Amino acid sequence: MVASARIGVVTFPGSLDDRDALRAVAAAGAEPVSLWHGDRDLRAVDAVVLPGGFSYGDYLRGGAIARFSPVVGEIVPAAAAGLPVLGICNGFQILCEAHLLPGALVRNAGLRFVCRDQTLTVDNAKTAWTNSFVEGEQILIPIKHGEGRYVADPETVDELERTGRVVFRYTDPNPNGAMNDIAGITNEAGTVVGLMPHPEHAIDVLTGPSTHGLAMFSSALASLVS
Amino acid sequence: MTGLDTVRDAEAQPEVDQPFAELGLKDEEYRRIREILGRRPTDTELAMYSVMWSEHCSYKSSKVHLRQFADDPPRIDAMLVGIGENAGVVDVGDGLAVTFKVESHNHPSYVEPYQGAATGVGGIVRDILTMGARPIAVMDSLRFGAADAPDTKRLVRGVVSGVGGYGNCLGLPNIGGEVGFDPTYGGNPLVNALSVGVLPHGRLQLAQAKGAGNQVVLLGAKTGRDGIGGVSVLASATFGDGETPAKLPAVQVGDPFTEKLLIECCLELFDADLVTGIQDLGGAGLSCATSETAGHGDGGMRIHLERVPLREASMSPLEVLTSESQERMLAIVEPGKVDAVLALCARWGVLATVIGEVTSGDRLVVTWHGQTVVDVPPGSLADDGPVYHRPVVRPDAEQDALNAAGTGDLPRPGGADELRALLLRMIASPELCSRRWVTEQYDRYVLGGTVLATPHDGGVVRLSEDSARGIVLALDGNGRFARLDPYAGAQLNLAESYRNVACTGATPLAVTDCLNFGSPEDPGVMWQFAEATRGLAQACRELGTPVTGGNVSFYNQTGATAINPTPVIGVLGVIEDVSRRVPSGFVAPGRTIVLLGRTEDELDGSAWAWVEHAHLGGRPPQVRLQDERRLAEILSRLAARSLIDSAHDLSEGGLAQALVEAVLVNDVGATVDLENNLPMFCELFSESTARAIVTTSDPDAAFAVAEQVGYSWSEIGVTGGRSLVVQAAAGNHDPDSAMRFEIALDALRSAFEGTLPALFG
Repeated sequence: MVASARIGVVTFPGSLDDRDALRAVAAAGAEPVSLWHGDRDLRAVDAVVLPGGFSYGDYLRGGAIARFSPVVGEIVPAAAAGLPVLGICNGFQILCEAHLLPGALVRNAGLRFVCRDQTLTVDNAKTAWTNSFVEGEQILIPIKHGEGRYVADPETVDELERTGRVVFRYTDPNPNGAMNDIAGITNEAGTVVGLMPHPEHAIDVLTGPSTHGLAMFSSALASLVS
Repeated sequence: MTGLDTVRDAEAQPEVDQPFAELGLKDEEYRRIREILGRRPTDTELAMYSVMWSEHCSYKSSKVHLRQFADDPPRIDAMLVGIGENAGVVDVGDGLAVTFKVESHNHPSYVEPYQGAATGVGGIVRDILTMGARPIAVMDSLRFGAADAPDTKRLVRGVVSGVGGYGNCLGLPNIGGEVGFDPTYGGNPLVNALSVGVLPHGRLQLAQAKGAGNQVVLLGAKTGRDGIGGVSVLASATFGDGETPAKLPAVQVGDPFTEKLLIECCLELFDADLVTGIQDLGGAGLSCATSETAGHGDGGMRIHLERVPLREASMSPLEVLTSESQERMLAIVEPGKVDAVLALCARWGVLATVIGEVTSGDRLVVTWHGQTVVDVPPGSLADDGPVYHRPVVRPDAEQDALNAAGTGDLPRPGGADELRALLLRMIASPELCSRRWVTEQYDRYVLGGTVLATPHDGGVVRLSEDSARGIVLALDGNGRFARLDPYAGAQLNLAESYRNVACTGATPLAVTDCLNFGSPEDPGVMWQFAEATRGLAQACRELGTPVTGGNVSFYNQTGATAINPTPVIGVLGVIEDVSRRVPSGFVAPGRTIVLLGRTEDELDGSAWAWVEHAHLGGRPPQVRLQDERRLAEILSRLAARSLIDSAHDLSEGGLAQALVEAVLVNDVGATVDLENNLPMFCELFSESTARAIVTTSDPDAAFAVAEQVGYSWSEIGVTGGRSLVVQAAAGNHDPDSAMRFEIALDALRSAFEGTLPALFG
């Protein structure tokens, strides 16, 4: 039964969009489950969301400390074994720090925090988190970050491009100087996805610019059911 | 003096020269301290009195004027906590209450823009938390010197990234505010931060230390040497020339991550009913928190000061008591609940230390490793500070000359081509251009409750997912109108904020104010202050919206030159159903544009006079409070029936500015036909008040609703197209027999958007 899918959202100290991610999970029809950074327990969830925020203050580097938290210690092997994981903004930074995804997120090219409604192109609609989209589709999702410029060595970027692992791209203008306009990527299995934009803030036109973000959470639900 | 100066020392050595003047205390104030104590104060006591009796903490020059807000406020049923607490609290229905307040952090932001602005946000958020509320949004009102002045770039970049850096990391949406430029603020920028929070009625907290034996627990960050004397030597004195670096240590340093943990931790403490009283540590640090909670309690308090966790072990008791280190709270806890409090704090990684207890006596006693360094009646620090009736003198010659120099003699453009060029210059000026470069640096989405934010007229936040109810906030403060007439200027600022709230479809409910002025020791400045408070109190009565709290910032002056008096006014409104909120931009083509309100020839003090002629003189626009009430009533009724799909207030820059802003939000153009009652220049740029433009797809039904209230209603055009067209039929006023000009949306956008990035990007 669809409603039985449990999707966990981790709260780190300094997580900010955790309640928004829980709301989005519920809006997509899954059961939202709160996970605590200090627990070595994933509470039998079927998928995990690492939400946006400034985990542990991010005074060293976005995600650098969170990567060593007990809960991430559980998530890393589970993800390797196929658990779908979505990292949003700070969550994407944590996934890169934890080497579940390649590359890194560094300070925006403009050196300023940027909050705006951003058009993205869906480049890969086959991952566990994007299968409800159509490839090439344009969607409108808020971004809000100061360290969102995706960088990696040329070989890694080549490989991502060659293997279709770029999931989202910024359409003009690129807000942060990310290489190849990359806004989000996935692992080889298509189960782990990280992106800088915030789909959880695009689930209701009352509070967001569109409802396009909801498809990410319903995608996860669909892939879990199938 | 070396070593520790104890109460015993003070008794034994009564005649010691004490540096009270350097600490900002006057001779008479020092004498009063000796009288209260019956001896000379210890060094530590002297430092505490100097911070608590500073202008910033004691309101000694403003108190007699602020009483107008408390003594005869308009009565509203919704008021739960009025003026005098950390922040006012109003009932908004569904068992929920809202608390909100605006506060200045002007002086620190000039010395160190990033940290000054950041801790301004942090401080006001803790005021909201202290009431038992979850902070749900922030706003800011910023004033800088001329946009192209040499120091402005440093200040704008620092302040904006400080407001953003703190608020973004704290996870509070920034839902609006304002930015202004004027040479008057060149040496005295204004940074006013507002926060709003929501609480269930039962969670209301008070800053009281009651119940002998209850424990005093310090929560949050360690105490360091930052911000010592911030309220006295920094915030309660004017800047001399070239002295800001020396005041750098008086600026606090912010850590939003610690504040985020403190918020979550305190809310859990409140929900678990673990504290009996709570107070934030802001200006004057522990001196303020201990004396205020003890002064408002039912007994005394004893503090074992050496228990306070320090960043620097060598700190003296004086430094510990006056440090303004951020992200700290003081909780009063029953002995049986202390373990639970410490455990909950540990879960959140929040440092918590029992530093003292409530006593049955009536003294605030502070010991340092067993020796008594402070023994005072707490109320003498917190409530019984000096009260001054400062001389109030209208500077007749100067003010009369200013009021006489109206805009009548300035050349006014007439032809369509001139007006078109003027409009493009106006919207590209720092005065009126897009604030996107600023607001894009603020997270407006976090917490998921933001329904409208900048550039809409008010910020709208849904209070909970279980309810359609929302609150609306707007913040306005025109300093030029207040310079021309402080009484009317304060009223006009209230009227604008009130109108902005009404434009979103909400009902205005209550007011918070941040009164930014020059030195109270200048009788001319005190006249401005007295007039502004009198005007504001009167207007609040007329609009039925009480002042629930706020802040006074004096000494915004460099040398003998004071800033333009700048009363920044925040209005809170309630909207029953946030899905019926009204945005400011045109949403679709084919809608009828209606101008509500009458336009007069009112250009003194206007954006046009300033931008085109650097002119400030004459009289501000007429205050029309009864009209504002009618306008708000109509907007509320139209919104409730979904008869309008946009509403935008007319203020700075007049109709021209409102139209440009409205067409650019969603790239929906408009064609406007003016009636030619006045020259087109006046119709476009006059700043007459109590006006708004709305759009409707059913003008007849909308008019019928408006007619029930009765107000000036002019259908002036229709939305649609890719440009803004302004035209007027032949009439008596304009040189061209029929006037018409057109500007493509792209041209409007590039003029409107380009200025701030070019200046500061």
